[in-house]
This record gives sequence, C-alpha cells and structure tokens, in this order.
Amino acid sequence: MKKDNFNLIICGVGGQGQITLLRILSEASLMEGKNFVGAETHGLSQRGGSVEVHFRMGKVFSPLVPQLCADLIFSLEMQETLRAMYYCNKNTVVLINKKIIPIVGEENLKQEEVLSQIKKFTKNIKIVEASRICQEKFKKEILAGVYLLGYAQGKKILPLKEKFLKEAIKRVIPQKYLEINLKAFDLGRKLKDD
Amino acid sequence: MQKEKILERKGRKISLLGNEAIARGALEAGVDFVTQYPGTPSSEVGDTFFRLKEEIKKINPLFYFEYSTNEKVALEVAAGAVFCKSRALVSMKNFGLNVASDFFFPISQIRIPGQLVILVADDPSCWSSAQSEQDTRHLIFGAKIPMLEPSFLQESKDFVIFAFQISEKFQIPVVIRHTTRVAHQSGPVVLGEIKRPKEKKFKFKKDPKRFVTTPPRVLEMKVDLIKRMEKIREVSEKSSLNKIFNQSPKSKFGIITSGVGFCYTMEALKNLNLKIPVLKLGFVFPLPKKKIKKFLENKRQILIVEEGDPFLEEKIKEIAFEAKWKGEIFGKESSFEGGRIWKERKTILPSVGEIKSEYVEEAILKILNKKSIYKKHLKEFLEIKVPKRVPLLCTNPPCPYWAIVGAIKKVLNPEEVIFGGEIGCYMLFSHKIISLQDYLFCMGSDIGIADGISKRSNQKIVAFVGDSSFFHASIPQLINSSFNESSPLIIILENQTTAMTGHQPQPGSKIKIEEIVKACKIKHLKVIDQVKNPKELEETIREFIKLKGPKVIVARHICALLEKKLKNRNEKR
Ligand SMILES: Cc1ncc(C[n+]2csc(CCOP(=O)(O)OP(=O)(O)O)c2C)c(N)n1
Ligand code: SF4
Repeated sequence: MKKDNFNLIICGVGGQGQITLLRILSEASLMEGKNFVGAETHGLSQRGGSVEVHFRMGKVFSPLVPQLCADLIFSLEMQETLRAMYYCNKNTVVLINKKIIPIVGEENLKQEEVLSQIKKFTKNIKIVEASRICQEKFKKEILAGVYLLGYAQGKKILPLKEKFLKEAIKRVIPQKYLEINLKAFDLGRKLKDD
Repeated sequence: MQKEKILERKGRKISLLGNEAIARGALEAGVDFVTQYPGTPSSEVGDTFFRLKEEIKKINPLFYFEYSTNEKVALEVAAGAVFCKSRALVSMKNFGLNVASDFFFPISQIRIPGQLVILVADDPSCWSSAQSEQDTRHLIFGAKIPMLEPSFLQESKDFVIFAFQISEKFQIPVVIRHTTRVAHQSGPVVLGEIKRPKEKKFKFKKDPKRFVTTPPRVLEMKVDLIKRMEKIREVSEKSSLNKIFNQSPKSKFGIITSGVGFCYTMEALKNLNLKIPVLKLGFVFPLPKKKIKKFLENKRQILIVEEGDPFLEEKIKEIAFEAKWKGEIFGKESSFEGGRIWKERKTILPSVGEIKSEYVEEAILKILNKKSIYKKHLKEFLEIKVPKRVPLLCTNPPCPYWAIVGAIKKVLNPEEVIFGGEIGCYMLFSHKIISLQDYLFCMGSDIGIADGISKRSNQKIVAFVGDSSFFHASIPQLINSSFNESSPLIIILENQTTAMTGHQPQPGSKIKIEEIVKACKIKHLKVIDQVKNPKELEETIREFIKLKGPKVIVARHICALLEKKLKNRNEKR
C-alpha cells in the first residue's frame, strides 16, 4: 500500500514548547490544505514531567500515532527520546536536540547510553545542538524547538513548505518574540550537516 | 499573533482544540450563559469564554460567563439561568460530576424552560487526573440524562448544536462526553454561523408544579422523565449520529464503537486493509436498541471498542440477551490487564488505560485467529532502560511551596507526623525528594480524613489545602474540625490561583481566607508569607503542632509561574 500519511512525535520535558510547535505545524498544514490531527498533553506533566505530542498528516483517523508508525521523532531532550521508541521502526528518522535535562533524584543516562539503545530501533539518528546554539545566539534556549523545526524542514524530513511554516509561526508566536523565532527557524534551516 | 480565530466567520476552516470546538459550537447554538469549574481535560471550554467574553458581548450583550466555586455550584447557577430561559453550557471534568451529582440527578426530573448542555470530560489513562480512572457514563445513565459522544473535532462542534436542539425539544439537559483524546485533539474544523440571539428578557416564571421536586409530585415527574426518554430513544434510533460504516450484509463480524474508539477502529481497519461493518454510536444515551439489534442480526461476532469501563459492552450484552441473539461479544469485560502502555496483550482489549489503534488491530487479529506484528517490537521497547521523569514543583522560577517544604523539614520529624495531601500542584509533595504525602484522595477530603485520624490516634497531622480547593470543598470540613474539636494543623497554600489546571482565578482575590477561618471559630490562626518570612513559618509550625484543637496557617505567596506570566503580559502591553 502506498504511504498516504506522515506521522510525527514531538517529545521532551514539560515547558519546552511542544504545544507551540504543534500549533505551528497545524496552521502550516491548514494553509497547505493538508488534513491533519494532533494530540496534546496538558495538566500535571507540564510541571517538568515527560511530554509527548502527536501530529499526523494525510489520510489518518486516530489522533495518536500508532505503535511502530512514526516517520519522524522530534526530540527536545535526549533521555525522552527513548520513551518514543514505542513509535519507532527501522526507517524512522530520529532528530534529537543535544540536551540532557537531568531527572531529579534519579541516576541519569549519558548520551552514549541513550544512543546505543536507540540504535537497536533505527540507524537514522541526527543530533543537533539546538539548545546550545539558541542559547549562544539568542540567549533563549526555548527557541531550540523552532530551530529544529527549521532544520527538519531544510533537510526535507518534514514535508511542509518553508513559506507556510513561516506564515504559521507568524500566526502562532506573539509579536514580541516573532523576530527571533523566525531567525531561529532560518538558522536551523541553513545548518549544514557535518 | 493572529486575532481570535475562534470567532471567525461562517465557512472558514480553522484549526482548533476539541474543547475550543465545543465553545465554538455553543456560540453557533446561541449560548448566552456559561459556567465552569476548571479541571483537565475540560478547562479550555471555560478558559475560551473567559478570554473572549468581552468580544462575545459585542455579538450578544447579554452573554455571561463565570468560573464558579465548584462544579455543583456551576451546575446550579446555570440551571437558575435556564429557569429564566437562558441557553446555558456548563463544563467540568469527570470528578466534577461527582461533586455536582446531588443536583445532577434531580435536575433531569423537571421540564426545563431554557436549554442546558453539560460538557463532561473523562480522562482514560489518568493523564491529568489523580484519584481514579473514572467513567462518568455510569452517573449519566443513572441520572437519565441524554448523552452524545463526539469522536473528532468537527463532531465536537456540531454535536453541541444538536445537543441544544434536543434540550429545547425535550426540555431536558443533555450531556456531551469528551475523553482526553477528543478534548485535546487538534485539527481542522469548518465553521458555521455564530447565532445572534434575539434580544430577550430573561425572567423566572413561578411554577411550583414544575420546579418543586417534593413527593408525590416528584414521582409523577419521574414517570414523565421515563416517557420522555423513550421519545428521545426514537430520535436516537433514527439519528445519523448512530451510523453504520463499511456496510456489508454478508459479514459475520461487526464492530460497535463510540467516541475516539471510532477513530482507532477506522485506523486499525485501514492498516489491516479490512472492510468490517462498524456501528458508530454518537447518540449514546438512550441507546438505539432497535438499531443495535438489527446490526447484530446476521452477525456472529461483535467487538466493542470504547474508552473507559466495559460500559457499552454490558449494555449491548443485555440487548443481545433480550434479542435472544446467538453469537460472541468481545471487549474488555473479562480482562484484568492494562496501563498507560498495555504490556501483557493477552486478552482482547485492556480493561485499564486508554485504547489505541494498535490494540484494536490486535483485537481484530485475535478474533480472526491471526498473529500480531507488534509482539517483538513491544518486547524490545519494554527492555529499554530509562529513569521515570515525574513532575516536580517548579524550580525556575522557584515555586513558593518550596519554602513550606523547607520549613517543615526543618522543624518536624516526617517520621512522626502524618501529611495529608489533596489535588493541586501541591500533590507533587509526593515526589520522592519531598516525600510529604501519606494519603491523597479527592478535592476537599484532606481535612475530613485528618479529623478522623486525630480522633482515633494521637499522632500529629498536617493537612495541606490549596486555595482553590479550600473554596471548592474544604469549608464544611474546616467547620467540622472546629465544631467537633479535632486536632489537625491545616496549612492553606494561598498561591492566589488555581495553578494546576492552568491558572484560573479563584475567590481569594475578593474573600479573605483568614476571615472565613476566623468565622469558623478557629482559635489558632496565622497568615504568613513563607517566602519573605521563612523563620516565622518555622516558629509557627513548631508552636502550633503542639497545640490541641484545629490550627490554621495561611501561607500566602503568589504562584511563581503566574507571577512570570503576569509580568510577560504587562511587558507586551
Ligand atoms: C472535583 C474536581 N474538580 C476539578 C479537579 C481538577 N483540579 C485538579 S487540581 C485543582 C485545583 C488546584 O487549585 P489549588 O487548590 O489552588 O492548588 P494549586 O494547583 O494552585 O496548588 C483542580 C481544580 C479535580 N481534581 N476534582
Ligand atoms: S505552577 Fe505555580 S504553584 Fe504550581 S508548581 Fe509552579 S510555581 Fe508552584
């Protein structure tokens, strides 16, 4: 059967802006005339718990990405990527922000310990230092998400057009932060793979 | 940022959240009165009206919105408006209906003059609910109130409009049941026209026969209700909300589903490339018995896909029994498995936790005696080692509750004191690095339990109560402590907001908690800003814990996240 949909998981820690990203993706798909559905997590987990957001485009019914069905796992925090392996198959692209937010009161994993486990599921792993770059360039780590969005768009692993994503950012982000968000998006788009 | 898209004009296709679609639907139905007590996953309904009420007043000057003190009050206030011929919407989470139930049951008995729609949101998998994975359908059926259940966004909006029509035609409240994955689903919605209600005078027309539910009149009302329900069942029988997909008369296998279960069913069938007939129930109560019987007729196997308890499953088994139907009904009733991820996958469907499309896929495969493709991957997934990340009080900016935790740890020996918890950000006192929580149940229960413990045991006990929780359901308990002279130390956490559910306002801005406490004749009372005066808090705890009788400390310091939000908002101006 020909693939007629696109499935994305955005994972990370509460407060990293997952819901804003989902809003941007929704508005962009709406402008492109694509069908879509998203699933958000609210409430308790937003106080620094694990947060997982689902976004699906094309011919879809379920608001949740089914097991094994992610095309892209978009991870804002290293360790959280592992929880999203539920959706990962051997062709899934895993895009990771190189950032570990320590889990308080637990023995945290190191980057290698995270990656070696992900590799059992897929070899398509891309690590980007989004948090570090956004902190350096804009003094705002929260832009990491939009930066990665730009990267994913630029590398064509996210099938949405640049102009619609930018227009969506304009619709979703408050005026005050709009300019740096667009800059972060562009910077991400232009990042060269080494 | 774009201006309020939710008020866009007819014909536009916009992206909304399930709960926002409810709000839009209500506007299209001409709603003029909305009440809410916050609770995830229902809050965005009220939050939308709260944010937009001035805009909406430009369309309908008589529009009214309030956050009520609790869900029972919210329902009563809305009913009062409905008695004056308002078109009202009330929104709450599942547990809210428990609180409101004392009024929810009698309100169905009478013929209401206006229209009333109640949105109730269940939370399978307890994504944002402590206390229990509760299915409100039991209460709704018990109260004999018609219920609709949307599956996706467009339905959330459109069903509200239909619900108001049913309410008007049959003079009865109507419930819309959301579950988390419908309430917090986002997607495109095509808008209809926002109704501009005709200028009308609201008035309560005296009619004791209608509004006074004393016996024996109330028994006549019950007869009238049962008759009305049978009339409504006829609507449900004919309604396009109860619809068959993938019609194929020869199929011996069929699926009956409702709510987001329908989305999972269709996804599963698409993945399996199967065309099995699906009866989708959108008008769930009263159930369209004839339609269900007809659907069962030439089938031999039925799978029931629903979120929550095996509720439809039981009802459909009854219907099948009545029809002397011979076949097998599969679902979750005989399962003892589940969780947020269903690990065992031995039964047909899990009885605990939310449903997912892959579970439905596997259920279908099991019934057809075929193998699942998920086992190997699931095993590998379950082998992953990664520490759990549980939520914690805000650290940046730091939550004012940290100062309370610090003071308690300094002056009390947690081994020797019992700590009662409740629902709110302070339920995070259970985090292992804080560990100040020995029990936790529902809103308002903390002081009551503490009273009982202090009557039976001489252990010291500290009961934490949030400010919104205090107004919601804790005042009768406080009066009880005073009246019956029990001995808890009650710490009211006045962070000046309902933080956990998204920072909705609460009555403390107008009504001083300490004045209520004083009026309850609590002798030992202190109001302390714990962040500014940590020493004072420590000394007070040390002193109060030794005293007999109830003691109250009001710890007053604004929620750090709210403070930050307010600052950002002011900067934007
Ligand atoms: C009956 C009921 N209604 C609503 C909720 C949802 N809810 C969870 S916590 C909370 C209130 C929290 O406010 P507050 O007591 O002020 O504590 P805070 O979160 O500010 O610490 C609410 C309304 C619930 N659990 N039960
Ligand atoms: S939201 Fe407010 S009350 Fe809740 S943990 Fe954060 S600072 Fe504390």
